[in-house]
Amino acid sequence: MNKKLKLRTVKWIGKNLIRMFLLLTAVSIVTFVLVNRSPLNPLQENVGQTLLGSMSAEQIEKLETYWGMKEPPVQRYLNWARDFLRGDMGVSLLYRQPVSHVIAVKLSNSFLLLLIAWLLSGIFGFFLGILAGIFRGTWIDRIIRGYSVLIASTPAFWLALLFLLVFAVWLKVLPIGFSVPIGVEATGVTVLERLRHAILPAVTLGITGISNITLHTREKMIDVLESDYVLFAKARGERMRTIVVRHGFRNILLPAMTLQFAAISEIIGGSVLVEQVFSYPGLGQAAVTAGMGSDVPLLMGITIVTAAIVFLGNSIANILYGFIDPRMREGERR
Amino acid sequence: MSCLNKFHILEINHLSISFQQYKSGTRQRNLPVISNLNVSVHEGEIVAVVGASGSGKSLLAHAILGLLPSNAHQEGEFFFLEKILDEKRKKKVRGKEIAFVPQSVNYLDPLIKVGSQVRNGRKSKEAKDRQRELFQKYGLGNQTEVRYPFECSGGMIRKILLSAALMEYPRLLIADEPTPGMDLETAKKAMEDFRRFADRGNGVLLITHDIELALEVADRIAVFYAGTTVEEALVEDFSSEERLRHPYTKALWRAMPKHGFEVMEGHQPYAGQWPKGCVFGPRCPKFGPECETEIPERVVRCGTVRCIRCKEDISSNHHEKREAHRHVGG
Repeated sequence: MNKKLKLRTVKWIGKNLIRMFLLLTAVSIVTFVLVNRSPLNPLQENVGQTLLGSMSAEQIEKLETYWGMKEPPVQRYLNWARDFLRGDMGVSLLYRQPVSHVIAVKLSNSFLLLLIAWLLSGIFGFFLGILAGIFRGTWIDRIIRGYSVLIASTPAFWLALLFLLVFAVWLKVLPIGFSVPIGVEATGVTVLERLRHAILPAVTLGITGISNITLHTREKMIDVLESDYVLFAKARGERMRTIVVRHGFRNILLPAMTLQFAAISEIIGGSVLVEQVFSYPGLGQAAVTAGMGSDVPLLMGITIVTAAIVFLGNSIANILYGFIDPRMREGERR
Repeated sequence: MSCLNKFHILEINHLSISFQQYKSGTRQRNLPVISNLNVSVHEGEIVAVVGASGSGKSLLAHAILGLLPSNAHQEGEFFFLEKILDEKRKKKVRGKEIAFVPQSVNYLDPLIKVGSQVRNGRKSKEAKDRQRELFQKYGLGNQTEVRYPFECSGGMIRKILLSAALMEYPRLLIADEPTPGMDLETAKKAMEDFRRFADRGNGVLLITHDIELALEVADRIAVFYAGTTVEEALVEDFSSEERLRHPYTKALWRAMPKHGFEVMEGHQPYAGQWPKGCVFGPRCPKFGPECETEIPERVVRCGTVRCIRCKEDISSNHHEKREAHRHVGG
């Protein structure tokens, strides 16, 4: 690596770190404001109206301090931000554990699910999209497109309920929920068991993600097939198969990759609902719990972590672009 | 179609192309874009099809190569090397005996190195030798073949596209606006390659909107107007207005800078709005009721014309008549 390139790499990394910092700051502020504007009263939500009524004013005040209702919001945010910058994400009010620990556990639960869903939607979406693009206007295209539009307009949670009904309740082939079997010691859970529990939520997430990638890939494929260079390839006697392999895949790979990495955010977003339906103790469910229970530190932690994951995904796409696209690679070199 | 008794590389008779279109919702209509077009290319000849931009000339190239989209309907006969050229044969000869020379860098895959594209992906020694031979012939350096299209200049791209077309030793080149954005001098220089190719006993069909360029390099000119060829003329016919046959060609002639730069009134009718009978009728100074019928194509002095008034024009000129006889006889 020469000196100039090194300098440029350092610059690039620096620029992206600043970007990430700005993004995360903005996300944290928005999240904080939204939680603060939430009409939910943390005490009523977490303690209950009846219990609250039987408490003394002193007790209530103690609780209010615990839930951070005494402090002015700006002060609260600044305190949180100061701690966060020092590497302390705070303690979850609901779990009474460090936020970093809660997120680590939940994320490791979700990871398998997110990964399967991501790969599933990416691979199937890519190939279905290419197929639909090649056979544009034929019954193959119509079926794929019809499926995609249907799935795209189906809410993920509804699909989740449907799958639950069919595979867990009627056919009884897959577990009804959770990430591990009920009544088994944590150490005794096999990988296979975990996988079995991840199937339904992952498939639901994956299927809803497919339609987006399929439709986008189809459009790109059509663009490529209608391009001047494909016309020229045909004029030179190249057959459809060669054209798809030689020009199609190559030119569709870049947009497909961008799409794939952009889809990370959609998968994470979708997981919130799907994990809820399957009672899957992942990051998505934790986010819902934290939001409903006004667990500000946890909610802030989860939002920041997921935002960072999405940002990293997009950055990876950017880096890969530089490797794959000669226009960017050679352009840098010369 | 002409009196030249030479070997036909390409002959197109009565070509009509129309498109199925959806008009306001579900109602379909047939939109004709080329109607009853005749054109031919002899060996050793560059024939220019000259017409306004956007008038559907490119479709002619696509039709010859069998590359019309599926919603296009096509009628007429094609002959290549004096044998019938049907869709099956088109598939076989395109890229080989009939080669297409496109107009811009867009016709190269942006993600494949140009050498590989010219070879059509082949890696054999033969293919490599041929490609290098062509590159050398056109003054493209050794480094060119490993470049991507975006790294090549416009002039290089033109040479690369031409090399790609010539890879398989074609007999006919179809060039669709091969000189966009070039001034006349550069364009003429670019056309020298076509000239040399034609002089070896091959044919070139040059599709262009640039009549000045066409007159510089072509042997014959087919004037394209509203979906058909209104006149086929030798380049020499353009030396004076009287020798031209069709009022549109004459108007084109007068519109050239060196002949007065006279602007023609009106505009070419769009596809689907062609008038009945003579397509030039509404703009023609000699238009009469008898022009509202089907106008046949007639051979006049080594060329063709679609105008029923044409004969009167030439019979009034004795010199022209003698000339015509000589051509027909020879």
